[in-house]
Amino acid sequence: MKVSCSVNGQVLVADDVWEGESLLYVLRERFGLYGSKNACEQGECGSCSVYLDGVLVCACLVLGGQVNGREILTVEGLSHRTALHPVQTAFVEAGAVQCGFCTPGLVVAAHDLLRRVPDPTEAQIREALAGNICRCTGYAKIIDAVQLAAGRMSG
Amino acid sequence: MKPRLAPAATVTGRVGENVPRPDGVLKVQGGFPYSSDLQVDRMLWGATVRSPHPYARILSIDTSEALAAPGVRAVLTHEDVPGKRVYGLEIPDQPVLAFDVVRYWGEAVALVAADHPELARRAAQKVHVQYQVLAPLTDPEQALLADAPRLHPDGNVTRHVKIRHGNQDARAEVVVTGEYEVGMQDQAPLGPESGLAVPDEEGGVDLFIATQWLHVDREQLAGVLGLPPDRVRLTMAGIGGAFGAREDLSMQAHACMLALRSGRPVKISYSRPESFVGHVHRHPGRLRYEHGANRDGKLVYVRARIVLDGGAYASSSTAVIANASCFAVGPYRCPNATIDGWVVYTNNPPCGAMRGFGSVQNCYAHEAQMDKLAEALGMDPVELRTRNALETGSQMITGQVIDGPVPVAELLRRIKERPLPAASDPGSLDLTTQPGGVSNTTHGESVRRGVGYAVGFKNVGYSEGFNDYSTARVKLSVVGGRPRVEVHTAAAEVGQGLVTVQAQIAGTELGVTDVVVLNADTRVGSSGSSSASRQTYITGGAVKAACDAVRRRVLALAELELGRKTGKTDGLRLERDSVVSADGREIVSLTTLLGDEVIEETHEFRPRQTTRLDPETGQANAHVQYAFAAHRAVVDVDTELGLVKVVELATAQDVGKAINPQAVEGQLEGGAAQGLGLAVMEEIQLKDGVIRNASFTDYLLPTILDMPPLRMDVLELGDPHSPYGLKGVGEPPTISSGPAIVAAIRAATGRPITRVPVRPHDIVET
Repeated sequence: MKVSCSVNGQVLVADDVWEGESLLYVLRERFGLYGSKNACEQGECGSCSVYLDGVLVCACLVLGGQVNGREILTVEGLSHRTALHPVQTAFVEAGAVQCGFCTPGLVVAAHDLLRRVPDPTEAQIREALAGNICRCTGYAKIIDAVQLAAGRMSG
Repeated sequence: MKPRLAPAATVTGRVGENVPRPDGVLKVQGGFPYSSDLQVDRMLWGATVRSPHPYARILSIDTSEALAAPGVRAVLTHEDVPGKRVYGLEIPDQPVLAFDVVRYWGEAVALVAADHPELARRAAQKVHVQYQVLAPLTDPEQALLADAPRLHPDGNVTRHVKIRHGNQDARAEVVVTGEYEVGMQDQAPLGPESGLAVPDEEGGVDLFIATQWLHVDREQLAGVLGLPPDRVRLTMAGIGGAFGAREDLSMQAHACMLALRSGRPVKISYSRPESFVGHVHRHPGRLRYEHGANRDGKLVYVRARIVLDGGAYASSSTAVIANASCFAVGPYRCPNATIDGWVVYTNNPPCGAMRGFGSVQNCYAHEAQMDKLAEALGMDPVELRTRNALETGSQMITGQVIDGPVPVAELLRRIKERPLPAASDPGSLDLTTQPGGVSNTTHGESVRRGVGYAVGFKNVGYSEGFNDYSTARVKLSVVGGRPRVEVHTAAAEVGQGLVTVQAQIAGTELGVTDVVVLNADTRVGSSGSSSASRQTYITGGAVKAACDAVRRRVLALAELELGRKTGKTDGLRLERDSVVSADGREIVSLTTLLGDEVIEETHEFRPRQTTRLDPETGQANAHVQYAFAAHRAVVDVDTELGLVKVVELATAQDVGKAINPQAVEGQLEGGAAQGLGLAVMEEIQLKDGVIRNASFTDYLLPTILDMPPLRMDVLELGDPHSPYGLKGVGEPPTISSGPAIVAAIRAATGRPITRVPVRPHDIVET
């Protein structure tokens, strides 16, 4: 099938999408947007978190065919050329990135949290990011990064 | 034809500073190319046909239907392996593709390459393999019996390590015994096993791969492919974590074989379920211990029998059992020891390297024993540990005398003296602070708090006479009017921050602002693996050695230019992109001094030599360096439901010298999380050799809600033998964190808890 959707503000079209292809596959292999990661492809790890019509979803759990005519925002769409979003800058500075495979998903999920809750408590951060697995950091510096970004975005 | 790889970024920083990692900016933007992100034109996708049986004889393989399937370009079996049919890190016992028999569930039997990954997967289902199913041998104790079926020609014992230290008939006033069991843990790096093989025009191949050791992959691949090593070129692609899972070959040989056969680039990227059978795991263990002590708490003897389940193939089992045996007693003085460590073949999934590498299993046992002994003596458990703590100059049970700082007692003192967290508030509306969390299982009823302590240690670097070394090439030149250092090694940046560390060392040694670390590949000599907590020490040492050589040449040039005589350097140094005098005055800028000159040096670095364990007594100077950490855990346990909330972890660790303090903290935090995982969550569940939970839905990894705050004390006591005095950092956090949690659960519940991960029914009396 043919799938046409807006990705990071640009209309993209994929031809011959097989019915079983996930949005994650379409983003990665059809559109060349490899930022969303393929760690579990079961909705458990959050590494493929993207916005679909403004709602945080795991791209691996959405079928490619479902996104026809809809709007998608991926991690690649959060920064403008070389200007990082404050969440992204904070992840780098706080040491919240090690191998970085979970990072795109966590950045999108943290972006979503701060959009809804500009000054989250630690408990709110933990709850909001509970769907994102990180195997390297033990999460402490991810919490630091979200707090750092929140402080900068509100101040 | 090359895929896009991460560009080398410029780093500025010195040893001891919190220099941000150069790949961080790309990683937060989703632009860092991992091995699973690679693509080139005309690329095919590979899929693997795997055994549905843990043990079976292969009667026939019919590939005709798969070959005829749409989009299929190649189907391969063991008959298509061009060179050696078996490979392995220590013992070449693992078939590239199974022949005659399959020895574990999920073993690779055949390969398919097709135009689309789904076409490849579907075609793989059309490879028809006829099996004669055999009864799997899944109990490691039974594998040791004389009448057990032999899974390999030399029998089922991969290695038996014997340590006989002191009086073998020693007796003691107080004796405690115990039996402990450790489940099979998965490294679960988030990045799947993946890579891209691109054939060249002359029968050679380029492999873009995420691995912990490029050169040992190449050595094995050259054998399997029947090619000289220089026709198998490896280039590192982005690595999504490792933790031991990328030490053995997974899809490397398969992708190369498919590429060479089809004449097209071939990518293989495992799914998560496939990843669970595509790499080795942490050895499960059964450990039987007897501790004897005097009434004053001094250890008299330890006797231990450790049996590790190595699974179907050897991987690094022989080194894992050496560690489990050498460190069986823990970081304590013990004059008499009798240790028997066995690692055996079974039809379970193969086990090998995982962070902690043998020291994790025994730490659960020796720390439980120390608590048991403390109780028998009526002594505080930390006091008992302190009384027996290894010190500088102490002798290990292997006879090796430990030099350098050995701060076991100091680490214990620090975690003990740290204030305890406040009692949990039963009226709190934040359910995430309660055992069971937002499942809303308790508001504090039947919740009991416990505090537990543990200390552990292990070796840094390769042991037992292994030729441990790393190679670094360092080039200094002027680029765009500024001096620039290029560092080139084959060392794997698995996420730990090694690229940053290499740049910091070069920046420090050569006083240059712009340092670029080139992507790792096999155009430079081996760096050894990113494992055994060794890479900052060994590759860091190689970078430092190469920089020393570059600096000598620069200073010689400066003397010549300045008309000085050799030998009268008068303390010239490199700083601030210049040659400076002893009192820091700029003599000449490197830009002016070097002009068009390029100074390049390649050096190997070796730590001090070790020796092999004596086969009868286990006595040897077997290890390069020892690293120590201690943990305190505070837990709340719902004693009715058997649910555990880890409230807080505290740790103290001697890192010798923190080259990058923020990265060191990251290792302590991440390592503790993996320890927590094994203690209360993570286990590959097997039934008759079949994995029942090969997914992230069923294999439970710690989330941000499971991981408590970690209070850290980072000591920098300086090892006299290592570069900058540093110690390996990565593994100690994973060793004692879990045992401290289990000790805290025992303290909260009064239950013996002899098995990890701790399950609800281990806590709830039935």
